[in-house]
Amino acid sequence: MIIGIVDYGMGNLASVAGAIERLGHTPLVTTLRDELDKADRLILPGVGAFADAMDELRRRNLVETLHDLVFERQRPLLGICLGAQLLTLESDEFGHNRGLGWLKARTLRLAPSDPALRVPHVGWNDLFPLQDSPLLRDVPPGSLFYYVHSYCIRADEPGIVVGECDYGGRFAAVLQSGNICATQFHPEKSQKPGLQILRNFIERT
Amino acid sequence: MLKHRLIPVLLLKNGALVRSSRFSFHQVIGDPVNKVERFNEWSVDELIYLDISREAVYNRSRSDIRVEQLSDPLAILRRVSKTCFMPLTWGGRLRTVDDMRACFLHGADKVTLNSQAVRTPDLIVQGAKAFGSQAVLVSIDVKRIDGAYRVFVDCGGADSGREALEWAREAESRGAGEILLQEIDRDGMATGYGLDLIHDISRAVSIPVIACSGVGKYEDFAKGIEAGASAVAAANIFHFKELSDRNAKRAMAKARCNVRLSNIPGKPL
Repeated sequence: MIIGIVDYGMGNLASVAGAIERLGHTPLVTTLRDELDKADRLILPGVGAFADAMDELRRRNLVETLHDLVFERQRPLLGICLGAQLLTLESDEFGHNRGLGWLKARTLRLAPSDPALRVPHVGWNDLFPLQDSPLLRDVPPGSLFYYVHSYCIRADEPGIVVGECDYGGRFAAVLQSGNICATQFHPEKSQKPGLQILRNFIERT
Repeated sequence: MLKHRLIPVLLLKNGALVRSSRFSFHQVIGDPVNKVERFNEWSVDELIYLDISREAVYNRSRSDIRVEQLSDPLAILRRVSKTCFMPLTWGGRLRTVDDMRACFLHGADKVTLNSQAVRTPDLIVQGAKAFGSQAVLVSIDVKRIDGAYRVFVDCGGADSGREALEWAREAESRGAGEILLQEIDRDGMATGYGLDLIHDISRAVSIPVIACSGVGKYEDFAKGIEAGASAVAAANIFHFKELSDRNAKRAMAKARCNVRLSNIPGKPL
């Protein structure tokens, strides 16, 4: 399948493309509507800061393009890390910023209850499943995933949270609302269990 | 629960992988691209590549030369990132936000700044704003002079005059996401980490500290964690010992460090 990787000038695009190739699918890194339209699945990758990323999406007309593809054409979309946070209503990173608002959730600064826990949250941590989802199929219990973030997602609508992580308090690690999927961790950087989640997104959503 | 990370550091000089000793003696040990295939199967948690080619430092004013020399490491980065399914940090000769952006576009997940951040601390602010704090590390190379921790720049070649604790705090306040801490006189010596330095820097900041320099045996890693580091890194031990990743993780687990023992849960190492 063709996997459109949304290029807004900021993501770790090569890493995501490498993982897609490893899974036997064809990555298409692009900013163009016509190209994204050819893709069977869309990935919004994530390394960056929220406000700059939203500006870049707007500047490249990607907000409208993605809205059409996701809502009119019902293409499955996976947001990764910052890409997941961009799908929420708003973020308080460097001031107050509006997001795409496609997930009823908010992006907040991580504030671990234990002061010994450092921010950013960097490294391999758990995923506690809350409900069945095709995204978690064949992911062995106890699998660890790679997180690197200073902000986290809290859902207004609890039903969209598929799995959580705990870092001095729970936050959403995997979300799904219809054809919109999101992971706070980096599946493309989480070795075998991460590649399985990407495979599930591509082949089972 | 968050695991303590074990991180091989790969040093790149003029396109080859090298071992280093006190930041000066560099012996070529292999090809930077093939190495990552092996690491992928290992139970290490992350990789850090540092490009320590020196020439560009001396040609700093010649941007034409710098760009040409940077393009080579970027080709290596792209190749490496294609097969690296774990986090990849890239450092060396990064001077501008565009240099950092090029790294991300070529497959880096994080970048680490060093000399240029000391010269222009605002570069950390710019990087954090453009890419997020979590993607911008600051490397601090320390040398002890008359009992003080001094920050050295240009691959250990020049005393910046800055004090390490104070610089670490400033780096954090400007938006650095992690500190990669190296001690020049322990590099390649295999005598263990500088535990007091790790302890003091970890106490001074609230961002994660990655300890590096001096690991000679597997038991050294856990001591770095006990001293306050969030993650432990080393270079030479991973190149010259067979199964060094597993043995390092086993030694850490034995010392009661909370580590990721395998990338396949339930399957023993």
